Amino acid sequence: MSRRPRAAEPDPYSFGSRPYDLVKEFTIALILVLGLSIVLAALFSSPDEHPATIATWAKTDSADFTATALAELDGSSGTAQYGPPYNNATQGQKLGPVAPANLIGVTKPIDTAHDFVLGPLTSSPQTPAAAAALTRYTHAGTDQQNTWTGNYSTALDNANGDPAKIAPGDYGPVPTLLTALLAQAQAGSLDGQLLTESGAFYQTDYTLPLLLLADGSYLAALAGQDHLAGTQWGMMNETGSYPGQAWLWLYTFWYQVSPYNHSTNGDALVWGTMAALSLIFVFVPFIPGLRSIPRYIPVYRLIWRQHYRELREHDGT
Amino acid sequence: MSAREQPGATEPDEASGWTAAVRRRAVRALPPDKLLPDTQPRYMASWIYVFGVLTLAAFLVALGSGAVLAIQGPAWWHTSGIGHFFNSLHLWSVELFMAFMVIHLWGKFFMAAWRGRRALTWITGAVAFLGSIGTAFTGYLAQQNLDSQWIAVESKDALNAVGIGAYFDPMNFGQMLMWHIVLLPAVVGILIAAHLLMVRRRGIVPPLPLPGTDTDEPEEQP
Repeated sequence: MSRRPRAAEPDPYSFGSRPYDLVKEFTIALILVLGLSIVLAALFSSPDEHPATIATWAKTDSADFTATALAELDGSSGTAQYGPPYNNATQGQKLGPVAPANLIGVTKPIDTAHDFVLGPLTSSPQTPAAAAALTRYTHAGTDQQNTWTGNYSTALDNANGDPAKIAPGDYGPVPTLLTALLAQAQAGSLDGQLLTESGAFYQTDYTLPLLLLADGSYLAALAGQDHLAGTQWGMMNETGSYPGQAWLWLYTFWYQVSPYNHSTNGDALVWGTMAALSLIFVFVPFIPGLRSIPRYIPVYRLIWRQHYRELREHDGT
Repeated sequence: MSAREQPGATEPDEASGWTAAVRRRAVRALPPDKLLPDTQPRYMASWIYVFGVLTLAAFLVALGSGAVLAIQGPAWWHTSGIGHFFNSLHLWSVELFMAFMVIHLWGKFFMAAWRGRRALTWITGAVAFLGSIGTAFTGYLAQQNLDSQWIAVESKDALNAVGIGAYFDPMNFGQMLMWHIVLLPAVVGILIAAHLLMVRRRGIVPPLPLPGTDTDEPEEQP
């Protein structure tokens, strides 16, 4: 196969040259940008909305916290049903026939009943009633546990989520456990316990407390108030009226349109699309047709208008 | 005394060894007058050319303000007025950096700036742009406020969906902070340095030939 010979590379200086002080230009640019950044910082500052805590959640919306804790206990929460990398409840999302997360498997195992409810209760001093409830629950069979949590879940739904309005029923130790966990959360100890469950003193991994917060509706409500929700182009927004990650507009755009916004594999599809577009962007120089677009859009005539004018003048003489 | 020890010496550098070989290669690729020229081609006469150096300047301001924030640690800016100011400086320098870079990028696209063996220059710039998005993303995750909490729980689904979340956890503050202040700035910094050296080596891309002229070709080889 023969290859078209490469055209001789023109020397940029063969078009003529003029004095140009790069170091002076860089120095002026640095002073200018530093000054502009200082002015913008002084005028507009930056947002810093306090983080949500499990304590504020439990105090502000105890019913939502209790319902979420029950979902963690009976395995119906978002995290419990997530799949890899947390558990094997599902295969995870698919990109065509491939489920990438499933291929890699569970790398951060999470047992929601133990990690979010029973573990924190066990590791804290409890009232005699709560301690007895914990022993009764952990020594019961799975069927019995499911009966108690199922009955309590139904009763909670019938009471519009308000534990105080639940009718008497066969709930076993579940109400006592959830009341004890709510008290721990409201006291602020659950925030710390979820960080230190691994037993290590120093911690920088907030996966457990953030997953628990994400399973409830409190954090999502706060985000919605700050126009951060997914349906509000949330990933590219910032709290308040500040510019966020505007450069994520294309990534966020896909989440607003079909089929991405209703597919069960929406995230994987968006990533697949963005990966393909990123490859095209990086390899534009090698893609026939695409690399010729600049020749058909006369922006270059504007950029090099002085050069072309000089050429015309030269040809005219 | 060797030739390098005598300023203005003209005899060829014939020293042996790896160091001398690297020196000869570096000087051949980028002699001083090519590395820091005091002239530029005549056609470099547009405001669009300024956005490259503005991007570099904003990158350095972002690095500097980030370095100040690093002195007293990631929680400092929440409790100190000075710290908050430097956080604001960091934020706005990043906004400027990304804005300048996008304008620079579009300018280079419309110049078809990959022509004349400059494809790698485009590629390093494009990858630096993508790396900058990752750097900014991890910065938002390292803010330690409501925004970072929400971005962490939202982005985990996308990262988990493609398997990245198994190793790159946006809810792991320590991991995100390290990526933000060490790994990604290093990658972006190296790419920017390589990009600049390539620009200096090849020079800025000559103007596109006007349609119908002798040098007009239907497809420019990169």
